[in-house]
Amino acid sequence: MAPDIGFGSLLITLIVSIYGVGAAFYGEQKKKKVWILSAKRAMSLVFPLLTISVGSLAYLLLTNHFEIVYVSQVSSLSMPDYLKITALWGGQAGSLLFWSWLLAGFVSAVTLRKWNRDQDLLPWVIVVCLATLAFFVLLNTFFENPFISYWQTPEGITTAFSQPPGGIQLFPRDGGGLNPLLRHPGMIIHPPMQYLGFVAFIIPFAYAMASLITRRADDRWIQLSRRWTLWAWLFLSLGLVLGARWAYDVLGWGGYWGWDPVEISALMPWLSGTAFLHTVLIQEKRGMFKQLTMVLIILTYNLVIFGTFLTRSGLLSSVHAFSKSAIGPIFLGFIALNLIISLWLLNKRWITLKSRQVLTSFFSKEALIILSVVLLLGILVTSFWGVMFPKISELVTGQKVTVGPPFYERVAAPILGGMLLIMVICPLAVWSYASFKHLGRLLWKPFIVSLIGIALPLYGGLTRWPAVVAFWLVAFVLAVNAFEFIRRTRVRRKNKQDSLWDSIVHVLKRNRRAFSAMIVHIAVVMMAIGIIGIEFFQTETQGTIPVGGELSLGSYTMVYEKLDIFDTNDGRNVARAIVSVNKDGQIIDTLYPRRDFYYDSNQPVTIPGVRSTLVDDFYVILVDWKVVSSEGATFKVYHNPLVKWLWIGAWVFIVGVVAATWPDKKSKPLPVRSQ
Amino acid sequence: MINHTKRFLWLLTSVLILAALIPGSTLAQGSYPTDDDVNAVAKQLYCPVCENIPLDACGTTACEQWRGIIRDKLSEGWTEDQIKDYFVDQYGDRVLAEPPKRGFNLVVYLVPLLVFVGGFILLILAFQRWRTAEPEVRSRKNAKRAAESRKAPDEYISRVEEELNKRSKG
Repeated sequence: MAPDIGFGSLLITLIVSIYGVGAAFYGEQKKKKVWILSAKRAMSLVFPLLTISVGSLAYLLLTNHFEIVYVSQVSSLSMPDYLKITALWGGQAGSLLFWSWLLAGFVSAVTLRKWNRDQDLLPWVIVVCLATLAFFVLLNTFFENPFISYWQTPEGITTAFSQPPGGIQLFPRDGGGLNPLLRHPGMIIHPPMQYLGFVAFIIPFAYAMASLITRRADDRWIQLSRRWTLWAWLFLSLGLVLGARWAYDVLGWGGYWGWDPVEISALMPWLSGTAFLHTVLIQEKRGMFKQLTMVLIILTYNLVIFGTFLTRSGLLSSVHAFSKSAIGPIFLGFIALNLIISLWLLNKRWITLKSRQVLTSFFSKEALIILSVVLLLGILVTSFWGVMFPKISELVTGQKVTVGPPFYERVAAPILGGMLLIMVICPLAVWSYASFKHLGRLLWKPFIVSLIGIALPLYGGLTRWPAVVAFWLVAFVLAVNAFEFIRRTRVRRKNKQDSLWDSIVHVLKRNRRAFSAMIVHIAVVMMAIGIIGIEFFQTETQGTIPVGGELSLGSYTMVYEKLDIFDTNDGRNVARAIVSVNKDGQIIDTLYPRRDFYYDSNQPVTIPGVRSTLVDDFYVILVDWKVVSSEGATFKVYHNPLVKWLWIGAWVFIVGVVAATWPDKKSKPLPVRSQ
Repeated sequence: MINHTKRFLWLLTSVLILAALIPGSTLAQGSYPTDDDVNAVAKQLYCPVCENIPLDACGTTACEQWRGIIRDKLSEGWTEDQIKDYFVDQYGDRVLAEPPKRGFNLVVYLVPLLVFVGGFILLILAFQRWRTAEPEVRSRKNAKRAAESRKAPDEYISRVEEELNKRSKG
């Protein structure tokens, strides 16, 4: 019954989506509002419909319906309920359905707007949103149906949705279980965040296309989609950080980012999305770079679809990729169609988007932002090229090659340094006109303060110059932002004679957008501190030691106390070492690095023991052990300085973006003080 | 005779010192390499099965065997490069973290470089064009004047401002 309901509502969603596209198009062409209204209703219906479908699949997972192919692939009796829900996005078909459901959520939410203004955009927003949704639902209906089940036929076991001739339904007793790597709290939240970030970019893209189609050259589409864009960007960023955290906690290689092709495919839309957010700012303030803004949103949206294609087509193998599938060519076709239509449209409107404003100075805010956009796109091009090259090489020379972290790092590291430098100058630069002299006057004080960023590390015995430069840049960005804030508060105090507190509150309220941007940039700097710490100063050692034996790394010493091996009631065999961490002869912590072996999927997972402080992380992995032997166990130990700042920065980042999207209280004019 | 012996001893010492200085011979035959020595080499290699996971971090049996090979070779006195070449001969260039810089592989390094150089040239040209498009905005004074002329009395804007002022006072 549940599979019928789930698949039925999936089919209805497909029909409703296609109908919505047709109705909106027809209504627009014939100027019949009734049809557009009907299309809008269709659009608000897709989310409830897909909720029924997702609900059915969740029900099947929770109630162990292993006759359903998807359920038996990703779930098992021993899995706790929360993991069974996680299994919803743990495999190809389910994650596609989940993706469509989130997409439908955003798409339906757009209809909640009052739409008393800008009605000309509505039909085209509907067409773009519902056409995309129809594509994904189509994949789910005909190629990756999560509701098909096992059947025993005279020819053997087969899979189908409805009963084949002479078929008897098979009911396996247990399923294969979820990939153990995915059984981690980080995995419960990382994919939904990543997906939310991906699908939310459909909204600004739809508005952009609607704006192009209706020949509007104004910024209205940007204003309408600003919040959606920021939320999309927040979710995408969080998805990336949570993924990094999951890698750090579960993959057990002591790092957080391995330049895995699928990580890169999630990074690429983030890079172009970040560039888009910044050119939008120039377009709003100066009316410039409208063409570039359009190019960037088209690029971002297509990179989102491209990322899904990379993970799902079986083109790449990585920890993230799903199994080989037939949907690859269809995806490519969809991306090609999307690109052709959107670029053709952009080309037709190219002249109308041309700005009459010109860049007047190399040191103006817009020039600096454009420079950082170019740098972001530089990482994007390198990443894209690095991901594609092994395939190209295989096609041309027949030989497979690996493009690994050193390739990307060589480009990304100096670019990140350059971006930090721009982040130093940008808050002080003004729109339209700024001279070097003007900037210099504002920069010299923060510059002197920032020298602490050189002095302290040098005093601490640091000799590697890239690291010294990196720390100096971090100090410089922080100093510039602090000085800028103090300057604004002082100006306010001088002019209005307010108390210090009132001035601070006023400055914060008045420039909320600017200050939320400042918070986000400081968060990026905090993350940069974490990245610099682990990239430049990570040290490691490995050794095999008996019980009571020691392994030293830097000022830390770990002592192997004990090894426990036991079975758990959720189907794992756990080998857990107890390790005490000593520093300067004092025991400061006890860690439990372990190796979980999952019986159902026959796979081991290495979980490190980590002692994390603001200064450094001491990270211990249990590599191997001998049960009955004096040889003891092999441990790999990492010392990761400052990495915690990466995670703290992520929290600050959330605060900044939420502050930027917080609704304005525009209706109440600010009280005017009488002197 | 004594002279000869002395010379021979000198020669022997120099050869030994030189031998000790040549990288790779630091691990004399028979000395057992540590896990860290093995990992230092393994970090730079990728096995063809576990794509994108460096050899030092991979937990599969195959990768463990590879690390065993590295250990054996190190204890036989092989250098890091010799060991890497050995794996390349056996399994192809894909075992290296980066494509070797020769032949078609050069493309992977050249394209980002060209894109960067091209991008910056384009950017500079664009900046130049923009600046010459409005030559009067070159000096600060002129910029101010231009900004003021941009602010030139626009009836609509002044009315809006007036209206706003009234509101905030009301």
